Amino acid sequence: MNQTPENSGREVAIRLRGIRNQFGSHVVHDDLDLDVYRGEILGVVGGSGTGKSVLLRTICGLQTPSAGTIEVLGTDVRTADEDTRVDLEHRWGVMFQDGALFSSLNVRENVEVPMRAVAGLDPHLRSALADLKVSMVGLPYLAGDKFPSELSGGMRKRAGLARALALDPELLFLDEPTAGLDPIGAADFDTLIRSLSLSLGLTVFLVTHDLDTLHATCDRIAVLAEKKVLVTGTMNDMLQVDHPWVHEYFHGPRARAATASADELAQTGQKER
Amino acid sequence: MDIDITTSGSPVRLVLRGALTIAQVSGLTRRLDTIDATAPVVADLSGLERMDTAGAWALVTLRTRLEQAGQSLEISGASDQLVSLLKTVTDALPQPETEARHPTTLRTRIEAVGKAVVQTAQFLLALISFFGLFLARLARAVRHPSEFRLTALVHHCEDVGLRAVPIVALMSFLIGIVLAFQGSSQLRQFGAEVYVVNLLAISILRELGILLTSIIVAGRTASAFTAAIGSMKMREEIDAMRTLGLDPAMVLFVPRILALILMLPILGLVSDVMGLLGGGLMAWVDLGISPAMFVTRLVEGTDISHVAVGMIKAPFFAVIIGIVGCHAGMQVQSNAESLGRMTSSAVVTAIFAVIVADAVFSVFFAQIGM
Ligand SMILES: Nc1ncnc2c1ncn2[C@@H]1O[C@H](COP(=O)(O)OP(=O)(O)O)[C@@H](O)[C@H]1O
Ligand SMILES: [Mg+2]
Repeated sequence: MNQTPENSGREVAIRLRGIRNQFGSHVVHDDLDLDVYRGEILGVVGGSGTGKSVLLRTICGLQTPSAGTIEVLGTDVRTADEDTRVDLEHRWGVMFQDGALFSSLNVRENVEVPMRAVAGLDPHLRSALADLKVSMVGLPYLAGDKFPSELSGGMRKRAGLARALALDPELLFLDEPTAGLDPIGAADFDTLIRSLSLSLGLTVFLVTHDLDTLHATCDRIAVLAEKKVLVTGTMNDMLQVDHPWVHEYFHGPRARAATASADELAQTGQKER
Repeated sequence: MDIDITTSGSPVRLVLRGALTIAQVSGLTRRLDTIDATAPVVADLSGLERMDTAGAWALVTLRTRLEQAGQSLEISGASDQLVSLLKTVTDALPQPETEARHPTTLRTRIEAVGKAVVQTAQFLLALISFFGLFLARLARAVRHPSEFRLTALVHHCEDVGLRAVPIVALMSFLIGIVLAFQGSSQLRQFGAEVYVVNLLAISILRELGILLTSIIVAGRTASAFTAAIGSMKMREEIDAMRTLGLDPAMVLFVPRILALILMLPILGLVSDVMGLLGGGLMAWVDLGISPAMFVTRLVEGTDISHVAVGMIKAPFFAVIIGIVGCHAGMQVQSNAESLGRMTSSAVVTAIFAVIVADAVFSVFFAQIGM
């Protein structure tokens, strides 16, 4: 249950060892280890300010750690040369909290931005593929012509996801995808992530606060506390942990409600079958 | 990527090998487009190493085209993952809404012009009602002095007036120098250099001093008003004020616009003095008109009405700048783009309106003979 990376024969997509991040004298991560396996959806939870976003930024190279090694898809990110890094960046997609769409471009053009890096891609084809991505994330066809400021928060997130998926990445990073969505929108988003990751064979690194998302989408959960990854494991494993914060998080009133609704869903699913 | 198309028999055989990703999709669609939709097609994907949504899209588009022509595409040798990817893409394939594009006819153009006119009229009406709101609140402040925000007024006076003095003074000084220099080089041709003093006095006191000051203040202050009020609007602070029983017009608009009304005339005077100073300096250096002579000619040759004409305009310009800036701030929506857009539109509108008003005043004063 504790970090036992060598116990599994599964292929590792992201391998973090001894990561240390600090801002001035404020140490956010210290000697942090984490493995993310290929094809899984890993949910990262932790209190506010425990460094979940910083961890995500560290893996995708937006933040340089002061110590440690980061291996993504078999490449050591910190020692890789420029070309290898650019290739690697095409193999992952990042969705930021509010979508981070370019406000001067409409949704279709936003999705086309990463596609422009593909040599010899015909512009008509590019916009057709962008339309496909827009509709894959569940946006209506006409949304492609809209500008980010004309979209609701949930639609912006979907558009951000479409842009992250533009080049069919193997790895997808999501920072609090359901924060600020209404429960129905959040549940839709959970389903969307789950189904996309299955059909596109994605590995997903998902930072979240949302217990329902953990139940509905994640294969494994990693808890960030005390400056490192405290435990990893399935939802059932989490319920056994007796660390006070972890216990409070997975046994609090909200957690009970989420567990109950997840159980209910499973039962009705069985009845229907 | 390797594509084999055997068109000789029916069905057409299509064999794909290697990687089929977004990098190859242009070549792939070009080849697939050559297949005529006259016979069914069988695609063999057993040799595919990799396919992404772009590749799947190309196949699905081919299938749609064939099916529309009454043919079919059969896919064989696909792995489970490929099948599921093809299904995802098929389900997601956008159905372009075939909404007919409206051609631009004479009618739509006239309609656009009409809309623009109505919008402009509505904008002017909104500004006028904003002015009415300001007057109403000002009257209320007179009747209930306790509701008036004196501290805010003083703060805005410092911001709008005192802090603008250096830039206004420097600009007027330089304009005075330029005017004197250009004027003297023209007047010298007639030996009438000494009229440079009259030229300076009339142009600066009547027009340039207050107009240029207002333009600078419009750029500086209208944008500041819009940004300050707009960012409060954006963060719902204005709504919060209303729920707390505070009147945004009384708290935000009255002190700001009043500060402008008080300060713009003073800035105008500073500008007049500095403009004349710059002009006098240039006249002394370039034409040898001594300061004493400059002052004498200035006092003798200039009617006090010129100063009055300039100064009367100041409060009007102040109201225009203040109203435009505050009104634009209230139009900001909940996104950052609209804040930027409204700020720049406030500056443009304020400067434009000040110049238009100045032109109207010129005609007015000419009519009444001032
Ligand atoms: N650029 C930065 N400069 C200084 N401190 C930062 C910076 N980014 C994050 N931090 C600090 O790192 C800690 C973790 O932040 P973050 O990863 O955003 O938390 P969360 O887990 O809520 O996403 C916080 O205490 C934050 O103050
Ligand atoms: Mg965060």
